[in-house]
Amino acid sequence: MLGFLIRRIIQSVFVMLAVALIAFMMFRFMGDPVNSMVAETATTEERDAVRERLGLDQPLYVQYGRFVARAATGDFGLSWRNARPVSTLLAERFPATAELVLVAAGLSLVLGIPLGILTALRPHSFSTQALQLMSLVGISLPTFVTGILLILVFSVWLGWLPSFGRGTVVDVGWWSTGFLTLSGLKALILPSVMLCLFQLTLIMRLVRAEMMEVLRTDYIKFAKARGLTNRSIHFHHALKNTLIPVITIFGLQLGGLIAFAIITETVFQWPGMGALFIQAVSFGDVPVMAAYLVLVSLIFVIINTTVDLLYAVLDPRLRVEGARAAH
Amino acid sequence: MTLLTVENLTVAFPGRSGTVNAIEDVSLSVSPGEILGMVGESGAGKSMTGAAIIGLIEPPGRIAAGEIRLEGQRIDTLRPDEMRRIRGRRIGAIFQDPLTSLNPVLTVGEQLIETIQTHLKLSKDEARARAIDWLRRVGIPAPEARIDTYPHQYSGGMRQRVVIALALCAEPRLVIADEPTTALDVSVQAQIIALLRKLARETGVAVILVTHDMGVIAETADRVAVMYAGRIVEVGPVAEVLTAPRHPYTRGLMASIPRIGARPDVLPQIEGAMPRPHARPAGCAFAPRCPVRIEICGQTRPDLTGHATRSVACHLSEEVPA
Repeated sequence: MLGFLIRRIIQSVFVMLAVALIAFMMFRFMGDPVNSMVAETATTEERDAVRERLGLDQPLYVQYGRFVARAATGDFGLSWRNARPVSTLLAERFPATAELVLVAAGLSLVLGIPLGILTALRPHSFSTQALQLMSLVGISLPTFVTGILLILVFSVWLGWLPSFGRGTVVDVGWWSTGFLTLSGLKALILPSVMLCLFQLTLIMRLVRAEMMEVLRTDYIKFAKARGLTNRSIHFHHALKNTLIPVITIFGLQLGGLIAFAIITETVFQWPGMGALFIQAVSFGDVPVMAAYLVLVSLIFVIINTTVDLLYAVLDPRLRVEGARAAH
Repeated sequence: MTLLTVENLTVAFPGRSGTVNAIEDVSLSVSPGEILGMVGESGAGKSMTGAAIIGLIEPPGRIAAGEIRLEGQRIDTLRPDEMRRIRGRRIGAIFQDPLTSLNPVLTVGEQLIETIQTHLKLSKDEARARAIDWLRRVGIPAPEARIDTYPHQYSGGMRQRVVIALALCAEPRLVIADEPTTALDVSVQAQIIALLRKLARETGVAVILVTHDMGVIAETADRVAVMYAGRIVEVGPVAEVLTAPRHPYTRGLMASIPRIGARPDVLPQIEGAMPRPHARPAGCAFAPRCPVRIEICGQTRPDLTGHATRSVACHLSEEVPA
């Protein structure tokens, strides 16, 4: 297990170095950065002075090395748009996105797994048919459409929930949370529902398909032949086998949630990293874009490693070292 | 007193082209401690009979006629939850493939302890002690350590031993063993059969041994029932049925067993194939393949007749040399 973890960490380092290279190259795509820093009337000597001061006259690999070294300490330089440290900007926005994604992921699991089990156990009932139809709608409708529909129904017509923003937030250390106030919680509902809808239907359908597959296996038939209760057969014997592929997809989709959050944050004017990224794109604010790219990649890598570790917990056949030791 | 009686059992599967009977008019009985072999080729209805007795026929199949009694109690009409309490506790089951019969994500101990605690009022520690004891009885070395390992850490033969322990751990009076050795190496088959016989003798559990292997029947069973196209065609003590088969199908089966030493160019076999359930002929289902058929065989189905220990379903059973 430890060897596996070390291998994964080394792989992750290489992935992050590659991502950092792409992020670093972004600065080159925008043309000569010196142009946007000096006055239009500046002489060549003045430009060279700036270039020298910023280290831009050095070879590319030196610049890349410095970029990586700084990024490793969380230093992505100043935002070109409002001249504040990029790390501070991201740190301000991170809690909003994290809370949104967390609630959406939680909702999709808490609703998706039981609904998947229900529809697998009663494949012919009316509720299953209805849920299957609804999940088809949920999977095909673009999320921004459902988001706008949610705003129309719950904010405009019914007036129950706010249509934008995070409501009142409370600072706990550097983390600003919407969990502790009523208006913060109410503001979370619509965006998280919109964000989770796709994952929810995906997980429901996946759990249903896996569960039906597992229920046909010999070990479930043998469990029935031993007179075990339906409850134990469904929720202990079958579910544990069902969850193994579900964990993989969920891990991959968790990264997808962060990506989809850009759209949700735009629709609901949610002050998260996604909204910050969209602003950065429209202003050509490369340091923010580069930092966002690196941060999201880091989150992806951490999630995938965690999922691989979870496998071993769920499926004893993957605990290779453990198996050898027992023989 | 008989342990199990099955009378005129018919299992029907409704299909698009009408209802098909997987087994028809099957009657048999098992005494305590007895090993009853059931032989026949694939699709003859051996496994279906077993599934009907244990109450696990896959829907939409259902018992259309007949009754099943266990120790005098009728069990084919029980509610699902009542039947569940009988499975494992009074009737155990051993399945064909030990590689797929065990849940891969639960330890052997978890599966044993849960089965024991479902049926017997025992604490976790008592159930664990009993589980270790059962692993020892089925011949698992170092059961105290092996109990906490997973099925994939066992070999095929060892897994089938675990399956047997799981089937017997709540001390049923009857075990239905459905092709328990088919998926195993030949060398392991003999060990498993010996183990089954030993445990049957020790615990007094009766066994219905479903197999297509005449050799296994000859070594293990006390009596044998031969099935063909959903019906029992011959039943009797093993020694009598194997040495002096009276139904032409049984004789064909016995003649099909290759003998060591004889090296025929063509292996002996019964001409033709068993009719599928929806295409069974009127009259005797074996008539189209039967070397000694007479006119009546194509018109009237022969009933299973005979005296207490030996019955044959053949119009010629009286004339056939015993």
